[in-house]
Amino acid sequence: MLTYALPGSLVMAESLLVGASLLNIFLAVWFVNARLYPMTVSLFPLMMHKSQPKWKYYFSCHFIAVSAWLIMKSNYKNIKKKHRIDFWIGIGSATWTTAVIGTFIGFYSSDYLDKNIMIGLAILNPIYFLCMMVGAMKTIQIGASVILGLLLGPIFYFLSPEWSILLGGLVGGTIAYFIGELNVS
Amino acid sequence: MSVNVVLAILVTSLATFSSRFLGVISSEGIKETSKLFRWFNCLAYSTLAALIARTIIFPVGVLSDASYFSRATVVLFCLFIFFISKRNFVYPTVISAIMMALLSEHL
Repeated sequence: MLTYALPGSLVMAESLLVGASLLNIFLAVWFVNARLYPMTVSLFPLMMHKSQPKWKYYFSCHFIAVSAWLIMKSNYKNIKKKHRIDFWIGIGSATWTTAVIGTFIGFYSSDYLDKNIMIGLAILNPIYFLCMMVGAMKTIQIGASVILGLLLGPIFYFLSPEWSILLGGLVGGTIAYFIGELNVS
Repeated sequence: MSVNVVLAILVTSLATFSSRFLGVISSEGIKETSKLFRWFNCLAYSTLAALIARTIIFPVGVLSDASYFSRATVVLFCLFIFFISKRNFVYPTVISAIMMALLSEHL
């Protein structure tokens, strides 16, 4: 309920198992979840409206996660800017509640599931995200961002598994940005 | 041990929320038409793509027991389903779980 980001939760669990200190856990989770910063900066300016109280933004940023972010990115143009934050709170509450309920069900049912079924369920999430990302490739800039991220993330894994996602995102995203800007100009 | 787990969850929550909260603070000074916003947009999409690729190619947990061949087969087939179903998200998602379970049993 409080952590609400899968990679960070996995890092916390792994760190606990090896007996890491709280400071180490904080730093490890912070690095792994640093991707949430560009996700927030690339979404919240689309929802900010002076008629809305700021607490809504501070409170609802907890809902930033891949699924809710992609849903909002795909639909924000259909909603008036003034109401986007309320729409976002609705999406965020729904995905967050589903995640909490799903976690409970998964925790208690995992002992009774066949290993092959668990492997099948494990790939469900990445495939859904992948399809949403491919579906979002409507401009050259976003298309290049997705393709370069898909390529560079695994390549950087061989250099540094811990930094591969951030490095892949930073390098791929920056190259894609310049590709898009050059194309526009 | 239980106290440590509670503290670890609190520390993890703080570390996770701080990135989001800093993002909101930064957003207050960024216009959606600015170049900075477009750059962050590219970073976000690229970072998520890198995360998804890593989850599939170098998975942690039970998915690492599945072979590269079976994972690649599921990904390519589901993308094919996604395109022929006019970009429907439900069909490839459901098919991926069924196909992966069957492949991991027989391969």
